[in-house]
Amino acid sequence: MNFFMTLLQVTLRTTAPLLFAAIGGLFSEKAGVLSIGMEGYMIAGAFTGFVAAFFTNNIYIGILAAALGGLLVSMIYGFLTVRMGGSGAVVGTACVAFSIGATGFFNRVLFGVRDTFSKIVPFQEIRIPILSGLPVIGQILFQHNLLVFLAFLLVPAAFFILYRTTFGLEIRSVGEHPRAADTVGLKVHAYRLCGIMISGILGGIGGGYLSLAHANTFIEMMTAERGYIAFVIIIFGKYHPGGILLAALVFGFAEALQIRLQMQDYDIPYQFLSMLPYVITLVAMIVAGRTVAPNALGLSYNPFRKSLSKGVK
Amino acid sequence: MNVLEARSICKRFGNVQANENISFTLEKGTVRAFLGENGAGKTTLMNILYGLQQADSGEILRDGKITRIPSPKHAIDLGIGMVHQHFMLVPAFTVAENIILGQRHATGFRLKDSDIYPMVDAFLKRHGIMVDPRRKVAHLPVGIQQKVEIVKALFHGAEILILDEPTAVLTPQETTELFRIIRDLQAAGKSVIFISHKLNEVLRISDTITVLRNGRVVGDFATAGSTEESLCEAMIGRKTFSIPKVNLKIGQPVLELRNLSVCSDIEGQTACNSIDLKVHAGEIVGVAGVDGNGQTELVESLAGLRRVEGGSILVNGKEITNLSPRKALLAGLAHVPEDRQAMGLVMDFSLLENCMLRSHQESPIAKNGFMNKQVMVGICEKMIADYRIKSDGYMKPVSSLSGGNQQKVILARELYMDPAAYVIMKPTRGLDVGAIENVHGILLEEKKRGKAILLFSSELEEIFALSDRVAVMFGGTITGLVWPDTPIEVIGALMTGSRTGIFEAVRE
Amino acid sequence: MLARLYRAVARTMLVPILAVISALLAGSLIILFAGFNPLVAYAALIDGAFGSFYSISETVLRSIPFIIIGLGVVISFRAKMFNIGGEGQFYAGAIIAAWLGVSLGGLPMLLLIPLILLLSFVGGGVCGFLPGYLRARFGASEIVTTVMMNTIVLQFVSYLVTGPMQEPRRFFPESQEIADTAKLPVIFQGTRLHAGLVLALLLVIVCYIFLFKTVKGYQLRVVGSNSTAANFAGINVRRNIIHAMVLSGGMAGIAGGLEVLGITWKLFQRLSPGYGYSAIAVALLARKHPAGVILTGLLFGSFATGANMMQRSESIPSVLVNVLQAFIIFFIVAYGPFEDYIYGRLGLSDSLKKGEPA
Repeated sequence: MNFFMTLLQVTLRTTAPLLFAAIGGLFSEKAGVLSIGMEGYMIAGAFTGFVAAFFTNNIYIGILAAALGGLLVSMIYGFLTVRMGGSGAVVGTACVAFSIGATGFFNRVLFGVRDTFSKIVPFQEIRIPILSGLPVIGQILFQHNLLVFLAFLLVPAAFFILYRTTFGLEIRSVGEHPRAADTVGLKVHAYRLCGIMISGILGGIGGGYLSLAHANTFIEMMTAERGYIAFVIIIFGKYHPGGILLAALVFGFAEALQIRLQMQDYDIPYQFLSMLPYVITLVAMIVAGRTVAPNALGLSYNPFRKSLSKGVK
Repeated sequence: MNVLEARSICKRFGNVQANENISFTLEKGTVRAFLGENGAGKTTLMNILYGLQQADSGEILRDGKITRIPSPKHAIDLGIGMVHQHFMLVPAFTVAENIILGQRHATGFRLKDSDIYPMVDAFLKRHGIMVDPRRKVAHLPVGIQQKVEIVKALFHGAEILILDEPTAVLTPQETTELFRIIRDLQAAGKSVIFISHKLNEVLRISDTITVLRNGRVVGDFATAGSTEESLCEAMIGRKTFSIPKVNLKIGQPVLELRNLSVCSDIEGQTACNSIDLKVHAGEIVGVAGVDGNGQTELVESLAGLRRVEGGSILVNGKEITNLSPRKALLAGLAHVPEDRQAMGLVMDFSLLENCMLRSHQESPIAKNGFMNKQVMVGICEKMIADYRIKSDGYMKPVSSLSGGNQQKVILARELYMDPAAYVIMKPTRGLDVGAIENVHGILLEEKKRGKAILLFSSELEEIFALSDRVAVMFGGTITGLVWPDTPIEVIGALMTGSRTGIFEAVRE
Repeated sequence: MLARLYRAVARTMLVPILAVISALLAGSLIILFAGFNPLVAYAALIDGAFGSFYSISETVLRSIPFIIIGLGVVISFRAKMFNIGGEGQFYAGAIIAAWLGVSLGGLPMLLLIPLILLLSFVGGGVCGFLPGYLRARFGASEIVTTVMMNTIVLQFVSYLVTGPMQEPRRFFPESQEIADTAKLPVIFQGTRLHAGLVLALLLVIVCYIFLFKTVKGYQLRVVGSNSTAANFAGINVRRNIIHAMVLSGGMAGIAGGLEVLGITWKLFQRLSPGYGYSAIAVALLARKHPAGVILTGLLFGSFATGANMMQRSESIPSVLVNVLQAFIIFFIVAYGPFEDYIYGRLGLSDSLKKGEPA
């Protein structure tokens, strides 16, 4: 396969973790909660997934553990923001710090600080029968590991849940006009926590992808701010699964390009290539402009009947 | 047969007894009005009935059985529906989506367009409401939105409807239409609770009236035997609202708006067109109109917060068009904003720092970039004394002040700069009677001192009580400039745009 | 009167102290879970921070960047901006100090050091400007843009120390050592505590005066508290947001410059053990007030030196401190809604009457 085709194939693989995180975050944001702690969910998932897979020799248990790791951190976020009315930005940052610290701590306790990293047997590539035999697109689209396919399947699944089910309507109402939702009898906090939990589980799996299917090990900070990039992807994708798919592909492409170019041995110092996805994120934030976010996004909601009286952003 | 009964409802917030021993009954097929001033306890009571809040003590009976209403879901299950003063509709959703929200039993798990739209359509037709269920609520006019709210409550199975200040956002014609709907509901066997502070409307629509004052039931009247006077007396202890009008010699034009066009938030549109108005020294010109007809944009342009596309604004002959807020103030035009907490005050800051909000850059307060605290304290203390602002001290956060005192701070602050003219928007919103009188008193004092005042308000009584002349705005233009004794139907027609061009009260 | 003052001070410090204690308790659970003894761990922490004169000097030394960057975060918080870009801004200042400390080494110290620090401020300020501008002009979340800037600057540092700024022998990925005239003098003989401490304390005072005594500071605070009211008062919201980010970045830049001029004398990767991120907790714990930053900065400085000892003598990974910092923030948030209740129970409340009908 030539350079370009490999590039496209790699793109799908670099997009996968971003999709998990962005789609997960979408559920949180549609419910009106900023998914700024996503980086923390991913790091936690990357670590717990790796540890579980390492000690059980079973990558499926690893994925489960990754989901649980992300869920755990997201529950801290959910409790402190939804229930205690804390600022999303503050709690999110603290969650990221917590994840970095806790995973770093236990990583060194369990594995010590060594030059070589413990490895696991990663997710293997699957070739979809018939389809992967197609010329050109067969290899690009249909020859990946299980998680990649799962990631892309999330897109239509998210669309269906959000726009074709009553649950989706309800969760969206909570993000648009929580008071209206409250007055028709919906439990706003419950829906918001639900959205956060989904973002935690999917974010954790996204992180798990990095350690279980990509690097086959755990390295501190291996998420490399992907959680924040996912946050931008949601905005760039105009808070819609289809848009998120396209936005994620753009970023995935940037990362794939940067990887392939580094291997090509051009004169550009590799650091500038590494900067590429982050610079693109900055540009994306400009271009995305003020898209139509859920109306009550980022605003904490205080149902009358709760006794806590502070609702601060 | 009483479909609803309340016995000795009590509710306290901190130091304030919002509801004290409130009892009432509601008979099937009747309209009971709850009449009271701002702060009388009406909204708290309704929130309790709808499950948004819990009473400290007392009982609620539905069809003679004692019930508990711990959440809106319970209220809905009991057949109680509520149309709030600020609509509870999701603007981004369609009419149908808003109506079916929360009604899982009607829609099931999957949301299919082919299921819900015919269903909602049929329901709307059955109740005689002509609205296209596919339209997004954000695109609907206010009167229609209110109808959607009512239908939504009916869809939830409401037998009892609570309407909280429903006419606050309606023109006189829309109000008549609302009353027709209420009569229809009565005929269909529904019972209605109508909350208002407007005497004439209450007399028009209700069968029985409960008057609330300071959280207590002051009286329970049959509408048939009541007059505006008797109700007013029950509501505030006096026979009328009005303050004796001050008629003075009107001086030269101080504030002039010439052919003013103001840009809108929407690209390519103007919010106001060809506004021509003169406010003279010692005069109060009131601007009547339903919210959303360009008043906010006009006030913002006068305050220096919005670009003027065409025409000019003059204060004492000097042009202040498109000047910054600070320069506009220095040129003599003060601005009292419509939302004191969101716009006029920094709630976290102390009283002292709020007093300085508009003058913090001027000497003697500011010098060489530093703020002189001694000077600030002196000015602040004078403001507190002159306007009798009740507070715990100037270092306390301004959020600890009552609404009326907060409004005094804002007025005192503008007065300090001794402007020639004032642009004032909704100065008495949310205030109780005593505070309203205070504010009106200050305005009349300024009028006596020869200031020019341009007053925007959605309370027609306030406009009529204070103004020397009344301008009416609709669709971004002034449809009429009339004297305060003009009949209400004419004013209403001007407000809806069905009549324009009545300029009887132009001075020169 | 004195009682009122006491109550006011106690109110300010109560939640932060509670949060720190709670964080230490929660942290001990983590330590236990990892198979260590929390008492031993915390004993090592305290010993490492305060065990000897040298330790104390190291603790004070380590608090300087926390204090200065923390002041910067306080400024940005007051304008309701969330500056997590402290890392990148810190490195920007460090780059400038490492570069000019070599190339301008001929200048006399009294001229050179202030000049370098001023330019470090500018460097950090530029790094703060971009996110501020993007937020003011496009509404772009400064959380994301500052994080992106961090990575970009760090990559740039990596490039510099393996490329154009690498030390002459090309052995290590670090810059050439700065000239002697650029090195900060030490205050106490036998320690590494340098004159930067004086600057840090000065900056606290400057920051306080700026925020509470000047027109500009007032305007910035109004913007952060209620931007609608700021607009109404004629204050330019956009400009103030940008100014806040520039000042905030500049402070972090100074901290980076001080680190190079005072301690390391050269630039390399991992110059900062996460100062920029920790500074957020420093500012929050100080209740976003410049005076408090001295205490909280010292606290974090003691964490830093104590953690080193904890790792050296007990083999407990020093990154635990990050977990403790996160816990501190968690507990500050968790106790927030209960503040008034706690004050009431402890007899510390004000005479304010609370409670308004809905």
